[in-house]
Amino acid sequence: MGSVPPNKQETTLRQVKPQSINYRDDQLVDIVQSEDDAVRNQSLDQICDELDFAQIYDHAQALDCFWRNTDNLYHRVRALFFLSSIHQYHFPRFYDNESVGKIPFDSYQHLLGRRFVEAIDSLLITQSADGPSDALSSALLQAYHGLAFQTLADQVRKSVRTVRGNQWMFRIGHPSDHPLRIRNELLQRASDSPAFPILSETTAVRMDFSHSGWSDIFFLGMDFPAGARVINASINLGVMGRDDAPKPPIECYLRVIDKPVLRLVSIDLKTSAEIQSIAELFDFASDYLGLLKAAVIAAGIVPPGMEGCGQRIESLLEKLIGPGLGLEIVSKVNNIPKGSRLAVSTNLLGSLISLCMRATGQVSEFDGGLTEPDRRVIAARAILGEWIGGSGGGWQDSGGVWPGIKLIQGAEATENDPEFGVSRGRLLPHHSVFSDEEITAATRQKLQDSLVLVHGGMAQNVGPILEMVTEKYLLRCPEEWEARQQAIEILDEIASALRAGDIRAVGAATHRNFFGPLQKIIPWCTNLFTNSLVQQCQQKYGEQFWGFWMLGGMAGGGMGFIFDPAVKREAQHWLQTAMMQTKGELETRLPFAMNPVVYDFEINDRGTWGELQTNGDARMPTEYYTLMIPARLKLPPSELSSLSQHELELLGSEYRSNGHSESFQKLVEGILPDQKPERESESLNELLERIGFDSDQHEQVRSDLKSGRFGLAQNRLPTNTSITDVKPEDYIDTQANLNSKHRQLGEEAIRGGKIAVVTLSAGVGSRWTEGAGVVKGLHPFCQFAGRHRSFIEVHLAKSKKVGLQYGRPFPHVITTGYMTDGPISHHLAENSNYDYPGSVSLSPGKYVGLRTIPMVRDLLFQWEEMPQQILDEQQQKMRESSRSALVDWATQAGEGSDYQDNTPMQCLHPVGHWFEIPNMIRNGVLKQLLDQQPELQYLMLHNVDTLGASVDAGLLGLHIGTEKCLSFEVISRRLEDRGGGLARVNGQPRLLEGLSMPREQDEFKLSFYNSMTTWIDIDQLLAVFELTRGDLGDAAKIDESIRKLSHRMPTYITIKDVKKRWGNGQEDVYPVSQFEKLWSDMSGLPEVSTNFFVVPIQRGQQLKQQAQLDAWLRDGTAEFVNSLCQWN
Amino acid sequence: MNIKKAVITAGSPSQKSLPLQSLIDRDGNDKTALQLIVDETVNAGVEEVCVVICPGEQSNYLKAAGEHASRLTFVEQDNPRGYGDALLRARKFIGNETFLHLVSDHVYLSPSQHGYAQQLVEVAMAESCAVSAVQPTRENLLPYFGTIGGRRIANRSDLYEIKNVVEKPTPTQAEQELIVAGLRVSHYLCFSGMHVLTPTVIELLEALLAEAKPNESISLSPALETLARRERYLAAQVKGTRHNIGVKYGLLKAQLALALAGKDRDEIMVELLNLVAERHVSDTPFPSTEVEA
Repeated sequence: MGSVPPNKQETTLRQVKPQSINYRDDQLVDIVQSEDDAVRNQSLDQICDELDFAQIYDHAQALDCFWRNTDNLYHRVRALFFLSSIHQYHFPRFYDNESVGKIPFDSYQHLLGRRFVEAIDSLLITQSADGPSDALSSALLQAYHGLAFQTLADQVRKSVRTVRGNQWMFRIGHPSDHPLRIRNELLQRASDSPAFPILSETTAVRMDFSHSGWSDIFFLGMDFPAGARVINASINLGVMGRDDAPKPPIECYLRVIDKPVLRLVSIDLKTSAEIQSIAELFDFASDYLGLLKAAVIAAGIVPPGMEGCGQRIESLLEKLIGPGLGLEIVSKVNNIPKGSRLAVSTNLLGSLISLCMRATGQVSEFDGGLTEPDRRVIAARAILGEWIGGSGGGWQDSGGVWPGIKLIQGAEATENDPEFGVSRGRLLPHHSVFSDEEITAATRQKLQDSLVLVHGGMAQNVGPILEMVTEKYLLRCPEEWEARQQAIEILDEIASALRAGDIRAVGAATHRNFFGPLQKIIPWCTNLFTNSLVQQCQQKYGEQFWGFWMLGGMAGGGMGFIFDPAVKREAQHWLQTAMMQTKGELETRLPFAMNPVVYDFEINDRGTWGELQTNGDARMPTEYYTLMIPARLKLPPSELSSLSQHELELLGSEYRSNGHSESFQKLVEGILPDQKPERESESLNELLERIGFDSDQHEQVRSDLKSGRFGLAQNRLPTNTSITDVKPEDYIDTQANLNSKHRQLGEEAIRGGKIAVVTLSAGVGSRWTEGAGVVKGLHPFCQFAGRHRSFIEVHLAKSKKVGLQYGRPFPHVITTGYMTDGPISHHLAENSNYDYPGSVSLSPGKYVGLRTIPMVRDLLFQWEEMPQQILDEQQQKMRESSRSALVDWATQAGEGSDYQDNTPMQCLHPVGHWFEIPNMIRNGVLKQLLDQQPELQYLMLHNVDTLGASVDAGLLGLHIGTEKCLSFEVISRRLEDRGGGLARVNGQPRLLEGLSMPREQDEFKLSFYNSMTTWIDIDQLLAVFELTRGDLGDAAKIDESIRKLSHRMPTYITIKDVKKRWGNGQEDVYPVSQFEKLWSDMSGLPEVSTNFFVVPIQRGQQLKQQAQLDAWLRDGTAEFVNSLCQWN
Repeated sequence: MNIKKAVITAGSPSQKSLPLQSLIDRDGNDKTALQLIVDETVNAGVEEVCVVICPGEQSNYLKAAGEHASRLTFVEQDNPRGYGDALLRARKFIGNETFLHLVSDHVYLSPSQHGYAQQLVEVAMAESCAVSAVQPTRENLLPYFGTIGGRRIANRSDLYEIKNVVEKPTPTQAEQELIVAGLRVSHYLCFSGMHVLTPTVIELLEALLAEAKPNESISLSPALETLARRERYLAAQVKGTRHNIGVKYGLLKAQLALALAGKDRDEIMVELLNLVAERHVSDTPFPSTEVEA
């Protein structure tokens, strides 16, 4: 092992020549390759913690050489994860403010284009030339991480394709080669009827008792088959208070029709389509029928090999069914809301596939239950369908196709499996259904008498959790690995408890599983809502509450609570109320997609089930007719097919004989429209009125947007603008230059009451909740000192600590906007400002914008001119298809017109953080502060997500000492820090927004990123507005001065994704236009004197996405933040 | 093992006229399909041929049988109950002997003077067991044929031991159960409509018929599936081709195959090329794949 010190000058001498490195003796390579469990299961972190930089650097080189040379896919993936982890957690320990580096633009482009190998090569060349740096490590970690997941995903897909029974579908490329034929039974009409028989399929959903720490992730099952085990039960569902009794929630129907089209109908999503060409079927995002389309493809009715064949569906149907005939497929999930964690969509896919495969003779049973080999083929096809549709489920998710309660476990790949020699385990697991002797009918009943199954209503994305699990598993993080072993033991415990009929023990085990291993592996699988419910259950029912049960990937949506049967019935009703109440308390802080519901359930003992209705009166469910009849009634009878005509006649005769039946009433109600309340548009107007919407300004922006004066392209500075990196004289490295004099000056200022803090919390942080519109500042995102804490609570705790330290608590201002003011004010009042000893005041926004439908040119600019992350092949197809739908939407809805088709709150937007200080001046908060504390001279302004920013006496002293108006804190740039930075613009140092960069690559010349934290000299700033302290009571002067300065600030047009919720937990995301003015542009005003402070990354890092949380916790930043806080 | 009897099934009412169709054989002679099939059996050394027909068709068939008419015995299949039933109607004729069986809607073509049936019979006699003729067939044609799964016999490139038989399998089932090592990807061994069968098959068919519901049809494949478990049963990849004249353009393709393998090959080639060339120069666009509007 060589010795390279972490000093970049010496490392520069190293050349990256992977081929010349002997990696075979490397300890980390040995761990990756070893067949010996004791070696293989060692943790990377434990080893690296003992090493110095040079040693880790050598290991990294060996690993890099190894992954390029190994043929074994799983070794390659693990080596890549090791490398990613080294760059994320182990190298940064050695970096300081000196290790500023720049990411080459071409590597960034490779990363966006998913050309990870090229990105790695280019980054390593730069590393070898310039020396290692935080910036390069941040890019390398992404590149290794991306390559690892790409390799994994490719392998899983390859395995899906090579499962026997799936392969042929990729070879059939033309309808005339179609090797399937519809079953003859489906073509037999009653002599006097045009109606064909209807084949139906009813399917349960699955409920996991335990998934042994997410071991159902494909990769985990394939790498560690022995540890991949799940117990799940197939269950029937009903919504308490709505449905009479539980039934299989999934129903699908298939029949031949007398029109040569493929008609797909989703009753729950209230949509249908008649597919005419094969290309339409592969267009997944053009409507809500993506899942049905994926099922038709995965079932082989239109095999995946036909994508792009350019043929009409009619020619395929002629071969499959006969000339002039078509196929209709209908799905219905009994209004079970999305996010139930019961794998509704995978089981719906399984059900549809089963139905289609029965209809084409691909499984042995035409009706009734299925044989085990049939179920396995269907499970394999469901996995294929998930891939085709661009979604992803676990390998056990199609469990509802099987009956009863079963143990599903990973299986070792044997010589006859296509996976043999590639992975340890097979793609498809092995299912063993527990017999009635193993788990008696009495036990099953007892379970039903104890378990309360609910949907908490939260909207969640499990994807990032599954990635975290995979990564931690591969790194064998010691805590994760130990927790995984515990989870495996708990599964055995649950199985024994079920065999023994001891439901209380089941509850104890699932509870321990959730609060033990699951949270140890992924702390983010719980949240304040869930914890609060569990606590309430414990308080209310004490010993009679037997345990909590996490379903699926995370808690908050579908969940289980186990009670003593004596109180179960009552607890079920109580829980409904408790959930509603808790949701009411938390809905501004956590994203909810719907109101919580309680289910009734029972175990389904027959698995998926097929039935054939053969007589001429075969009927679809009533809701089908409600959906389909109105359109048919509009057509003249001559245009109706004889089958459609026949169905109308049947309904007519039903009306004459039984017109008062409930189902007929529903049908008529569904056909005749109800009066629409006009409340919604009024309330938007009311809201605009209330929050002081400036319609003149809006009209101006809108007309500028339409005329092309404003737009994404117009955000940019002219291309002849010179953008260069700053020079050392342009900034102050605070690590090197802070001295005791500064510290003393700062301490005196704090003691003398000269400082106040301003936390920006006017926006909702749309990236944080992916457009859900909850208040980011109040999001209880992480547990500190044993409790979930919100961003605002963290900031107050930091201010409290500094105030206590210097014996003078300082004022803390939180700026709010139209969406955040009410919730923050209410929340702070409820929690008594978290006992903050100083004053806490809110500075409500005085400006608001109304979102507009985007201009198509802006959408195209965003998609085509701005760098985009290329998704993987199937997701990219989905994205492209959805983009063309969005262009149609923008055109039809009217480009540049007001966006009103959503809840009123979602139609408005905050107008950018430049307005926050003007707000404080305009709404009197600044005056009030100065009146109360005339000695106040400085403000520290920071973003709500900059958790490391605290009132640091040294930095304050430095700011005071330099006597500048504004001191902006910047940090060395990492890959994810996009959106501008510190630059010399035509020779002048200033902060430059990413939106205004004339060329994408300009940003990559910059060493420092703007953290937004700003130290402000109040009087100097007022002077910029041409105001003095004495003017703060003069509203007219204030308005005039703000307007004047505002005109000098650039206006940026941005496109934001907004969620629109509908149906049962469904969500659509629309891109809308809005405008904003940004605070950092203050640094470009010639009369404003500025400093730029380079501060440590931990101080300036912003939490923008929840996916960052795990790394934030693991790399020690969370602990750093914790150390700044004084908790109650 | 001596094979002196053959059974031709032609009982399906929808296909009763197929064996009566006229074709020109390799030597340029007018022959009916029936004549070509009977010629196959005679070349293979068969002396007596039983034809299972629709009631009332005997005279038409006799006329179409040509020079070997005297060897034919006719059995009428009234109340037909499927392919298996048709074969069963010949049970008296078969007696306790191994027999050659052919379907009436296929025409066979061997690359040499060594006939298709002749090759099959020789294998059966050499191996002393039931043998079915098979052809590697692409999966898109699976809906038309019975298909076997099995393994190649060591040191033989053309002979397979049959493990299972599935009538018209889906490719899903074929891929799971019927893959035979050594074949091209997506190809399976499908029956050519010609078998040498032992009398056991008759027993098996009788049992199937007894178990069937009233009026339910019985097929041959399940009996062959059982036969594979009951006794040695092989599949032979016979040199030559089979042509199903019962499908769309089947008769035309069979005629072309015969003509292109015979003395008029050049003449037919020229005619075909002329047809193609004329079509190409005409104003109508050359038919390509359908393109969506």
